[in-house]
Amino acid sequence: MRKVEVTIVGAALIAIALAPLGLKNYGIYLLTLWCVYVMAGMGLNLTVGYAGQMSIGHAAFVGIGAYTAAILMKLGWSFWLVLPAAALLCFAVGLVLGFPALRVQHHYLAFATLGFNVLMFLFFRNEEWLTGGTFGISGIPRPPLFDRSGAYFYFTYGSTLVLALALAWIIRSPWGRAFAALRDNPIRAESLGVNIMAYTLLAFAIGAAFAGIAGAYFASLVEFIEPAPFSLTSSLMMLLMVIVGGSGRFFGPMLGAAIVVLLPEWLRVMKDWYLVMFGLAVVALMIWLPGGLLSIPERLRRA
Amino acid sequence: MSDFLQLVVSGTAVGAIYALAALGFTLLWQASGTINFAQGEFVMVPAFITLLCLGWGMPLPLAFAVTCLVAMALLGVAFKNAVVDPLRRHGVIPLVIATLGLSIGLKNLVKAGYSAGPQPFPNVFPDTLLTLGPLRVSAYDLGALLLAGVIVFGVQAFLNRTVTGRAMQAVAQNTEAATVLGINVKRMVLYVFLINALLASVTALLVTPTYLAKFDMGDAIGVKAFYAAIIGGFNQTRGALLGGVLVGVLENLTGAYVSPAYKEGVALMLFLVVILFKPEGLLGKAEERKV
Repeated sequence: MRKVEVTIVGAALIAIALAPLGLKNYGIYLLTLWCVYVMAGMGLNLTVGYAGQMSIGHAAFVGIGAYTAAILMKLGWSFWLVLPAAALLCFAVGLVLGFPALRVQHHYLAFATLGFNVLMFLFFRNEEWLTGGTFGISGIPRPPLFDRSGAYFYFTYGSTLVLALALAWIIRSPWGRAFAALRDNPIRAESLGVNIMAYTLLAFAIGAAFAGIAGAYFASLVEFIEPAPFSLTSSLMMLLMVIVGGSGRFFGPMLGAAIVVLLPEWLRVMKDWYLVMFGLAVVALMIWLPGGLLSIPERLRRA
Repeated sequence: MSDFLQLVVSGTAVGAIYALAALGFTLLWQASGTINFAQGEFVMVPAFITLLCLGWGMPLPLAFAVTCLVAMALLGVAFKNAVVDPLRRHGVIPLVIATLGLSIGLKNLVKAGYSAGPQPFPNVFPDTLLTLGPLRVSAYDLGALLLAGVIVFGVQAFLNRTVTGRAMQAVAQNTEAATVLGINVKRMVLYVFLINALLASVTALLVTPTYLAKFDMGDAIGVKAFYAAIIGGFNQTRGALLGGVLVGVLENLTGAYVSPAYKEGVALMLFLVVILFKPEGLLGKAEERKV
């Protein structure tokens, strides 16, 4: 990273850490929600941005994480056991779903994840004995000590930073470099001895595990979950979040998540027209700036 | 047994309608490498154009004719020129994302601008029940099946038997070679977009009376069009018909014998099984890869 970037990132980290001091409860809630989106977005960025696979079912993994956390915590499990359980379950489901889809490259993962999201949504809604159906699950506890909204924010923020460091490590490791090689030219990477199937599958499953962790934090944040936040539409929003910020860029999901969390709040007066504008803005962005918002500085430098 | 047959027949009718949307999807992919994630909305929009025309007092046939024209202009020409052409140089993913954005935009445009609730839609065929031996089939299903079948085979005959159709296939197989042979590639690609818009309009006409016109009706149809196309074979026109009918029939059987709640999951399961054992689709041919 260059000096300017280090300064900007450092300032942003401090500003976010200080922000709750000047915010009311709803503001702190939004900020925590942003952290949850960033966790999920970082996982999706690994799949989409670094491994170059389209995934349109990320919200289903967040949902699996959230429901796992909610159900186990209601049974009295501690948050610290629930977290790895949610991550592992999503990792395993990711492997099972990714296996058939990634055997054939192309865009099959996109279709498989899309259908998977539809199916999981039906599951959350119909299996009342487990998920509470449309009534959902209420009274989900938060980890002790971090019960109040401010404390829960710092807890989530700290966890997000830990996950971000983990992701940075993955990307810099030989594994991560293999992901990037695959994205840029799969056949060349394969001829250099990278097993395409194994690596993309791994990237997808790790991305799913990130979503599972985000789901567990989400369940504790909102304290009540129902199927709606895990619909296909949410998955599309998460994908667009990564792309709009800048896919394959480390800070892309951070910027994208801020847009997805804050814009609806600011543009509330526009009601349904907001999504009309959003959809068309995405089309325009892809035409003029396919690299996402974070590619603007490079564009300016080149111009 | 007659229950079973009845389910198969009505499933085939629904499947034939899926096949129409799937066919347009496949053609678009072959000719221009466009994976259109807004395909479902491309069915939803004509349904609402028809409703608007009916609202202005036009009779259904005229309303449908106007719908076809508007759809060809908007979903054919405008979509190609404003969205697909500028994006093709960036590769597949930006184009996919753009069609996803378009899908969100169109859905909410209809929701905000027309109505969020489901709207009734007139039947093209009468809803009476016909008795054929042991079977009781609704005239609507039969009419939809016949019309969809005629259109799918018509499109296939057009592609295989006419000079224009064969030129379109040549463009799909190898754009450069087609250019060298003197085929007007741009025009052929435009034809494909127009055919897709027409197919989507017919799909809307046939599917909306059952689904009702709603801003999010395209979600289910779009997903099934993808799956039908891949199950049958992404690079085969006939595949769309086979895939559509398979999905329609299996959905009906699952709804009746397993659980109506998971009817929507049938297409996904079938898709996963097919790509596990025959990734190029039931009728498809394996594609070669280039570095």
